[in-house]
Amino acid sequence: MKRPILALALILMTAPVCAADTTMATGDLGLVVERTTGSLLAVDRSEHAAIGRIEGLGDLSHASITYSPDERFAYVFGRDGGLTKVNMLSQAIVKRVLQAGNSIGGAISDDGKLIAVSNYEPGGVRVFDADTLEMVADIPLNAKTIGLVDLPRRRFAWATWDSGEAWMADFSGPEMVLTKLGDVGKNPYDAVLTDDGRTFLIGLFGEKGVTAIDLWADKPEPVRFLKDYGKDQEDLPVYKMPHLQGWAFTGDQFVLPAVGQHELLWVDRRSLTETARTKTHGQPVFIIAQPGSPYVWVNFATPLNDTVQVVDSRNHQVVKTLTPGEGVLHMEFAPRGAEVWISVRDADKVKVFDSFDYHLIAEIAAQSPSGIFFTSRAHRIGL
Amino acid sequence: MYKPAAFVLLAVFMLSGPAIADITPERAERLEHMILQDCGSCHGLTRAGGLGKPLTRKALAGAAPEGLALIILDGVPGTAMPPWRPLLTEDEAMWIANYLLKEAK
Repeated sequence: MKRPILALALILMTAPVCAADTTMATGDLGLVVERTTGSLLAVDRSEHAAIGRIEGLGDLSHASITYSPDERFAYVFGRDGGLTKVNMLSQAIVKRVLQAGNSIGGAISDDGKLIAVSNYEPGGVRVFDADTLEMVADIPLNAKTIGLVDLPRRRFAWATWDSGEAWMADFSGPEMVLTKLGDVGKNPYDAVLTDDGRTFLIGLFGEKGVTAIDLWADKPEPVRFLKDYGKDQEDLPVYKMPHLQGWAFTGDQFVLPAVGQHELLWVDRRSLTETARTKTHGQPVFIIAQPGSPYVWVNFATPLNDTVQVVDSRNHQVVKTLTPGEGVLHMEFAPRGAEVWISVRDADKVKVFDSFDYHLIAEIAAQSPSGIFFTSRAHRIGL
Repeated sequence: MYKPAAFVLLAVFMLSGPAIADITPERAERLEHMILQDCGSCHGLTRAGGLGKPLTRKALAGAAPEGLALIILDGVPGTAMPPWRPLLTEDEAMWIANYLLKEAK
């Protein structure tokens, strides 16, 4: 954040410096997960700087974060079942509960009142009051939960790894209504909601294919597509499970990671048919659309995780290959796409690149950084 | 960060069998890093489990290191555990198996 009032005061000397406005806003802040130390690095997007560190968050391997609608509070979902509420202004933990033995992610309802957590141990989903972190619903299901997303009108959807089902919980009425959306296939590894809130896309690990559920339909039903990609090729080992949370939607296409192939799969949004493939450097992990552009950025599983590739969705060609360093774990764009923040775990750095000319804008020291989460996520559906 | 001196570990393991004799201290440090970060992606940084099974000492109690090394090298078909043989030698897999059995978590 710039502080023009302070600058003016210094220049004009019309008022004592102590009268400067020190009020902070949170709109250009973010948190970087420091996975090995169980800490969070608070960052200022405009200043390209770290502004504080919050410690004591437990096991943050595979941690994720959502934000309250006013971008004041972060909700951090840790591997050890910890649900932690962090105040972005004071950069302090407000409340922390160990809500399960092993969890994987979470989501916040559109009204900001409910926090849902996806659990591995015990399985299922637990839902908490966003103010108090008191549990308001427990949905066991006896299966590991993946791909939990918020849907409009106090609803959540997710899939289950073990049993291959998709579910929706509706909190819009006085009682929760739980609906099974269908059987989606073997071992779903992640799921994502399209940016229009219409389609719940579920990637499969246990068999080839992706399942789509049209949530605008009167009776949503699973539809399988990409059922036989790579069927003539031998599968390569998958050293890190791909993620679908990247919102890789550009124009009239989805782009999805091939599982066990070093390829991106391009799909026509409406017909769900494959339109093209792109050979990539390694097993894609995150495929993230650069906002306001035809480009997607891709990172890769170990041992090829020192590289990021940029692919043009118009011709499906790799247009740039960057090597930020060993252990590129995540990428987060400024909301309007001008720059991308990349966590480089083994360099203990977050590197900020210009999205268009790829020059390095800044480096920020961080301890084994993984996920980067800007507060602007507060206003995005399905995260 | 949790980082015991690799040479101490190596010294300990050298007493336990010849299979690790070829692992240099530098390589041992890389393997330890790999256990924490890459195994940790699925099995948790504390090895309490995740998509993968727990790999705590308690969870592995009674397991033979040779059996664990084979799982590491060849994976478990039908699960998300991949074969690491393209990235590891048999000696290195044994080193990891012994590490998991002996390093308290």
